[in-house]
Amino acid sequence: MRRAVRASLFFVAFVAGWHLVVMTGRWSPVLLPSPVSVAEYLHRAFLDGTLAQASGVTAWRLLIGYVVGLLAGLPLGMLSSRSTLLRDTVGLLALGLQTLPSVCWVPLALLWFGQTESAMLFVVVMGTIWSVLIATEGGVRSVPPIYIRAARTMGSRGLHTWVRVILPASLPFIVSGMKQGWAFAWRSLMAAEIYVTILTGFGLGHLLHYGRELNAMDQVIGIILVIVAIGLAADKILFSPWERFFHRRWGTGK
Amino acid sequence: MSAEPAAPAQSPERLKLVVAGVTKVFKTGSGLVTALENVSLQVREGEAISCLVGPSGSGKSTLLNIIAGLEKPDQGEVLVDGEPVVGPGRDRMVMFQESALFPWLNVIENVLFGLKLKPGVTNRQRREVAEYYLQMVGLGRFLKAYVHELSGGMKQRVALARALAPNPSILLMDEPFAALDAMTREQLYIDLQEIWQKRRKTIVFVTHNVREAICLGDRIMLMSPSPGRIQDQFTIALPRPRDINSVEVARHAMEITAVIRRWNQPREGRTSP
Repeated sequence: MRRAVRASLFFVAFVAGWHLVVMTGRWSPVLLPSPVSVAEYLHRAFLDGTLAQASGVTAWRLLIGYVVGLLAGLPLGMLSSRSTLLRDTVGLLALGLQTLPSVCWVPLALLWFGQTESAMLFVVVMGTIWSVLIATEGGVRSVPPIYIRAARTMGSRGLHTWVRVILPASLPFIVSGMKQGWAFAWRSLMAAEIYVTILTGFGLGHLLHYGRELNAMDQVIGIILVIVAIGLAADKILFSPWERFFHRRWGTGK
Repeated sequence: MSAEPAAPAQSPERLKLVVAGVTKVFKTGSGLVTALENVSLQVREGEAISCLVGPSGSGKSTLLNIIAGLEKPDQGEVLVDGEPVVGPGRDRMVMFQESALFPWLNVIENVLFGLKLKPGVTNRQRREVAEYYLQMVGLGRFLKAYVHELSGGMKQRVALARALAPNPSILLMDEPFAALDAMTREQLYIDLQEIWQKRRKTIVFVTHNVREAICLGDRIMLMSPSPGRIQDQFTIALPRPRDINSVEVARHAMEITAVIRRWNQPREGRTSP
């Protein structure tokens, strides 16, 4: 509770400081709009539905691409952790591709898929899959062998050992890979949306792009705030509970 | 209390465990190492705690792993209750030097792990069994604790409860107290003897500590290294519970260490110039 109050006070002070800087009139309001005009833009965009629609389009692309990336990355990582052949081939490829900033997939996606939803999904999947694959592989390989031996003496075999022992034991690694994959996917999707107009749906990136075209700085800042808020919320809602779970169970952190 | 069906009538002469001519060779960087050479032993039904004692490299842990089914012998075979061992199984539970408890589960969930794999029991019975054994090892108040919150001694108590809960035919213990401090260890010697008196489980206990073996064991099988062999056997007939610091334990320990020293001497004589 005290921490929440402290955080709120900080943001109130931040916005007040911003407002004071604008009030001095040293910078043109075209370049530095006041918090009030940004709030007014957000209010308008909220009322006419553009904000909700754009957030919906972006979130949908992210969600689908992320889930596809997870569904491919997890089993591939598990396979690659168990086979030297896969580790030396697919594992090495994944390591290489993971170092590639996922924005670099955008030109390729456009040439392959054209200006379609598939191009967007491809970029998100590429952002997710390699981090998840590498984290899963590393996590599974770092499971202490004694856990598996103990489980076997208790009658655990095959799939049961995977689901009840190997996966839970490597979960801290996997979740940190998922978090990284999420971060890569989110960044590359924003870049792709700013970069290309896709007629099947206008995401937050497009609103940012049009804000620039129209010289509407209140829109640009407003959308940036929305993007930050979504990123923060995703972190707090999707990943913080896992991290708290690990801290409690494994006794790490704090 | 146990969720097992009633055990068939037992004759005292039935053999619980037979190890027949087991040989195990490992490949290492510097060549082949014979961890076990033609090792045979028998444990009768009703025989309590058998200790495998020996220095490192005498193959005692390898032998335990082979009995557990975690490793396969190159030659020979192991029979438990007359059945050949082909892999790990709940009839032979193992306690390791590290507790090997799962950190993502709390104390009672760890004990339930093996019980949940046991067919023909209701979840309620499983829970009762788990609570019974946790109470027996003195952790009745820590059912919901997480593994990292426990001390080393408490972790080994949970591991003991986890190993006893599925009611194995044999309990295999691989230096389970070696990583604990002396005071915790001494308490666990007393507790293990008490628990043994309650459950009468056949236990095979591996240790390199002669006094520990005498304190716990009814039979001591002395193993020697390179190649790993059972060199000598002793029966310890001291009354229970035994105190590791008692004069009788110390006296037996002296006799056995003297035997070990005797087989070391000629070897040392050879190597000295």
